[in-house]
Amino acid sequence: MTSIELTRNRLVKATLRNRWPQFVIRAIALAGFLFAILSGLIGTPVGNHNFSIVFVWIVWWALLMLIVVPFLGRGWCAICPIPMPGEWLQNGALLKPRGKGFSLNRKWPRRFRNIWMQNIAFTLLALFSAVVLTQPSVTGVVLLLFLIIALATSLIFERRAFCRYLCPVGGFIGLYSQVAPVEVRVKDPAVCAVHTEKSCYTGSQDGYGCPWLVYPGTLTKNINCGLCMECLRTCTQDNVAFNLRSFGADLKQPNGRKLDEAFKAFIMLGAAMIYSAVMLGPWGALKTAAYSIGTPQWLLYALTLLGLIYVILPGTFLLAVAAGRALAKSKETLKKSFIAFAYALVPLGLMAWIAFSLSFVFASLSYLWPTLSDPLGAGWNLFGTANVAWQPYLMSIVPFLQAGVLIGGLLWACVTARRIAAEKQQGRSITLQALPVMGFCFVITAGLMGLLIG
Amino acid sequence: MKAERFALLLVIVLVIGVPLAAVLARSHSDVIELHGKVAENGGWTPSDLTAQVGQPLHLRLTSDDVVHSFAVGQSPMPAVDVLPGKWTTTTLMFDQPGKYTFYCTRWCGPNHWRMRGTIEVTGATTETITTTLPLYVTLNLDLDAPHPSDVVPSEKPSAARGVSLGVILDRIASPDRTQSPAQVWHQLRSSSVTQKLSDEQVWDLVALTWRSNTTLERLAEGQQLYAQNCAACHGETGKGDGVIAPSLKKAPTMPGMAMTRQETLTGHETVAPINFTDAKNLLGASAAILEGKIMRGGMGTGMPYWGPIFTAEQIQSLVDYLWTFQFDQ
Repeated sequence: MTSIELTRNRLVKATLRNRWPQFVIRAIALAGFLFAILSGLIGTPVGNHNFSIVFVWIVWWALLMLIVVPFLGRGWCAICPIPMPGEWLQNGALLKPRGKGFSLNRKWPRRFRNIWMQNIAFTLLALFSAVVLTQPSVTGVVLLLFLIIALATSLIFERRAFCRYLCPVGGFIGLYSQVAPVEVRVKDPAVCAVHTEKSCYTGSQDGYGCPWLVYPGTLTKNINCGLCMECLRTCTQDNVAFNLRSFGADLKQPNGRKLDEAFKAFIMLGAAMIYSAVMLGPWGALKTAAYSIGTPQWLLYALTLLGLIYVILPGTFLLAVAAGRALAKSKETLKKSFIAFAYALVPLGLMAWIAFSLSFVFASLSYLWPTLSDPLGAGWNLFGTANVAWQPYLMSIVPFLQAGVLIGGLLWACVTARRIAAEKQQGRSITLQALPVMGFCFVITAGLMGLLIG
Repeated sequence: MKAERFALLLVIVLVIGVPLAAVLARSHSDVIELHGKVAENGGWTPSDLTAQVGQPLHLRLTSDDVVHSFAVGQSPMPAVDVLPGKWTTTTLMFDQPGKYTFYCTRWCGPNHWRMRGTIEVTGATTETITTTLPLYVTLNLDLDAPHPSDVVPSEKPSAARGVSLGVILDRIASPDRTQSPAQVWHQLRSSSVTQKLSDEQVWDLVALTWRSNTTLERLAEGQQLYAQNCAACHGETGKGDGVIAPSLKKAPTMPGMAMTRQETLTGHETVAPINFTDAKNLLGASAAILEGKIMRGGMGTGMPYWGPIFTAEQIQSLVDYLWTFQFDQ
């Protein structure tokens, strides 16, 4: 499928160029975010009745993983409220560019211009997730830390350095945004090549220079594009488009594959497996270990998690890739092959997270109704739903949905692996090189099937 | 500039106004939401409440797992059932300052008794409160020392049979709560009045002294308290075979080995409840010792402490009832 330029539609283009819709949505999101922090810190300590837990880890997570990431990629980043206060200070304005703001505007250190920091941040969060996801006060503190770190980063470094290099959520959204069927791209790179002002990167009176430190003229993947639409506003050549495209289009791009992104795929895959075992599995001792932070049991749990995502999964995958190289007599280096084939895990990981999310989202969604009416657990009944009892939804069909999603992910990963093999191989060698990676994906899928569906 | 000002206004209203309104509204709300979960998963949340003397404390209660029940220790307030997915409201009022204990009255799990919380009640009181120390404290009794009975009856003594003997007890024994039945038996046995009586008949007189020092109302109250709070471990018939008892049995643990089953369930080492129908276990203990054990709990046994829950009168009733496992009326 070739891409369809949505911004050819005047209404779509006008809406995306207009600052107000995005600003209003972000302001509402910021109010909700602050309210989540507040309810986490002063609301009821009962997780399933606290706004912060129910709205952040159930409602927001469901929207993010089931709808936004698969269909809009970094759509959440486009309306994320976390960097807003820092941006306002940087820009000296809330809505429109208005001269110099307050920031040291330092360049982000070259050594850290990758997503390793995001990988580490996500891993840290994963280690404590059993507590973060269930205790409102901890959720409140974590969300507050997000806000403070984002603000501090904005005051020291230029643009959205926090989003690009630190945000643990942004890291995996970026990875999975490669499969989304939308993109911001320039229409004609030749126009950019001769456009000396580069207003999309430097900014103009209509908008800021790319907050994500990306030059749209060379943008080929969604990973680092935050869909903020600033380039659509600042391009004086009307050369930026918002396109509808086929799912997974970025995975077909052989260029720009990196080790940090490859490891992100393992981190996400491993975390999905561990979360499934801890939160949905029948192992009480494992649950206790995950919750008992600081104890020897937790330490063992933490080492297991770290071992799985940084050693066992990449190590096994490396063996699979090495076997494929040997079978196909590939001349590509092992490192390059390892990195390239890790991108086959992107659809597999996304589908694993969707399957995992399905298992608790429908089971826990009914907590939304009493929380809406009584978000702080203060005995309110704002919408008359405070006493609605917990009731799981669609539980009879969820296992079938999960099975379908996981099998779909496996097939997608296999097709992607084969396509990656075809970049360097021909004929029978394509299948031979991809086969061990496919086997790896099959084993992972079987494991997830067992964990999630039983 | 107009747009910028409007944006600022919107931010102020949304970002500052909404959370601020919520905080202000909450500060005016006087209903506390109380969630019950089995103790292994956190018990009551929140577990520490505060109240003022003479001011109502409004509670909304719900259970996040199984059926629980809410009651306040040493309070005449009847227990309120706390059901999963349902909300129950109740209002408490305290006329004395102090630290009250609220607890679950349903057998909800092996750690049921740990499902407790406190209400710190502050404020002035018009009454002068006199605190009486428990008897086991004033007598400096060692509650943990073994106290087996050196004599036991061959059949269950009967107060009714004791009455038929026609002995005037006041003249030969004036038992108080510091004496064990065995001690009373020895006292009676050494009296000249009981010279012609058999040992079993003297035991019937011991039963009679017990019965003479209690009332039917107290026994009924003791029975009810026992059924609600003790039978889960000690068993309905006092044999130490309650529904939770099997999980409390002590199992041998090798040093350095994993926790035993009962440690896993209760978080610490426990021992199986004693058999109240075994005369050796019960007839060597005075009422003061039994009251102390109930108040303080059994150190290192898993036996909960009931001091903050029961009134002194309730504990007396309970001890009176315990003797029914040894004596017939």
